[in-house]
Amino acid sequence: MEEFFQQLTNGLAVGGIYALIALGYTMVYGVLKLINFAHGDLFTIGSYLGLTLLTSLSLADRLGPAAGVLVLAVMVMGLVAVVGALLERVAYRPLRQSPRLSAVVSALGASIFFSNALMLIYGARFQVYPQGILPKVAVNIFGLDVPLVRILILAASVLMMLALYFFIQKTRIGTAIRAAAIDQDAARLMGIDVDRVILFVFLIGPALGGVAGLMVGLHYGQINFTMGWIYGLKAFTAAILGGIGNIPGAMVGGILLGVVEALGAAYLSMAWKDAIAFGVLIFILIVRPTGLLGERVAEKV
Amino acid sequence: MLQLVDLRVKYGNIEVLHGINLEVKEGEIVTILGANGAGKSTTLLTISGLVKPASGAVYYHKTSLHKRPPHKVVEAGIAHVPEGRRIFGTLTVQENLNLGAFTCRDAGRIRKTQEWIYELFPVLAERRNQLAGTLSGGEQQMLAIGRGLMSHPKILLLDEPSLGLAPLLVKTIFQTIQEINQSGGVTIVLVEQNARAALKLAHRGYVLEVGNIVLEDTAQGLLANSDVQKAYLGGG
Repeated sequence: MEEFFQQLTNGLAVGGIYALIALGYTMVYGVLKLINFAHGDLFTIGSYLGLTLLTSLSLADRLGPAAGVLVLAVMVMGLVAVVGALLERVAYRPLRQSPRLSAVVSALGASIFFSNALMLIYGARFQVYPQGILPKVAVNIFGLDVPLVRILILAASVLMMLALYFFIQKTRIGTAIRAAAIDQDAARLMGIDVDRVILFVFLIGPALGGVAGLMVGLHYGQINFTMGWIYGLKAFTAAILGGIGNIPGAMVGGILLGVVEALGAAYLSMAWKDAIAFGVLIFILIVRPTGLLGERVAEKV
Repeated sequence: MLQLVDLRVKYGNIEVLHGINLEVKEGEIVTILGANGAGKSTTLLTISGLVKPASGAVYYHKTSLHKRPPHKVVEAGIAHVPEGRRIFGTLTVQENLNLGAFTCRDAGRIRKTQEWIYELFPVLAERRNQLAGTLSGGEQQMLAIGRGLMSHPKILLLDEPSLGLAPLLVKTIFQTIQEINQSGGVTIVLVEQNARAALKLAHRGYVLEVGNIVLEDTAQGLLANSDVQKAYLGGG
């Protein structure tokens, strides 16, 4: 039983990370109907920027672990958001009127550009996060020793997802994002500046993806310039699992994928981890092609 | 108040409006008649900025609109109720109306406008928390018009409001359009296939044929015109 709960908490933490990345895919898809293949690399950029800021500013020493990591997270989010906005400006906006495939090719190009830029700057080897930023203590929950980092990752991702949900549902910009996702031209006729909506989506998504990169660095301690590929693929799977374009869907899909993967790896075989994740995807798509929360509202004519 | 001057519009290489001139005065209902593909919807889309003209101009109170993005046109006071209604089906009726008021930041004014819309279309008030996609066709049209009015426009562009509706409903909608014009003081540009109903409502009308304005007259004049009767009123 102990093994089960350890794997469950591990899965929840990884799932939180997947969910944060998946939100970026799903929001961009929702508004632009584009799979932003460079999103996984924005996640990697987040982890590398986190490492650089952590070592060069020694925030943890100056502000203490809690405030240090918080400031670091905010800085990473801000910087990756700027990279995301630049990406939209340079790689996607000029192709707004082109066939959709052109933007997909541009996305793939941007992905290659980012991962190679990281390799040139930081080198191809694994980079190691400094140890002991967050105290390596375990928190006792119902007689179960859970590492603090796991709890923090899960709590932080849930908190950010709640904040995003509130933002999308309740604020003016959030409503504009939802409207533009349904019908861009109709949104324009409501007086919504769709270019601004798209810019916002490319600020929020990368910010969440970037902070997920920082979390991976803090959690696993090792980062590599190619890791955005597999994390991106998993998060993309999570987004499809939940129903692409659907924000709560990305959250549910991410958490679910993390848990299934962790349990599968523990009880079946570690080597089958990725196969299990994609097996779940195939199964869900056969049973519910629109994903778990994907909506099908019949249009009345 | 609104003026189209020698307006030419191209989709790709195909010119669909060959330099049309059109004028709308304050307080009027102006109708644009024409067959399918004559360019009626394109005319409205060009006014609201979703389609950019190849040449020519759109003036609103002597300021040019044709270089502005659509959201600036809405801010200027022109609301467009598009063909096919284009409501946000997965949002509630209330959320749809809120979106209509996107450019308006005065909460008191929004509330007043909304009360007026719920008076015009009581059924919308009953269904305010329902998803808009579950409304009947007629209710969706009412919602589309209500949503357009939420921005407090000076000019309302209506594209085929009677499309696909039962005759009785068409009558109700047209009565409401008249009310919006008379008691609401909103100038209306009405594109319609139902020429007889539109001409009964309108002050003046234009007849559009394959991208050219071929006729321009008062509504009575057009109703009495034998060419119009033959082509658009089923007479002969």
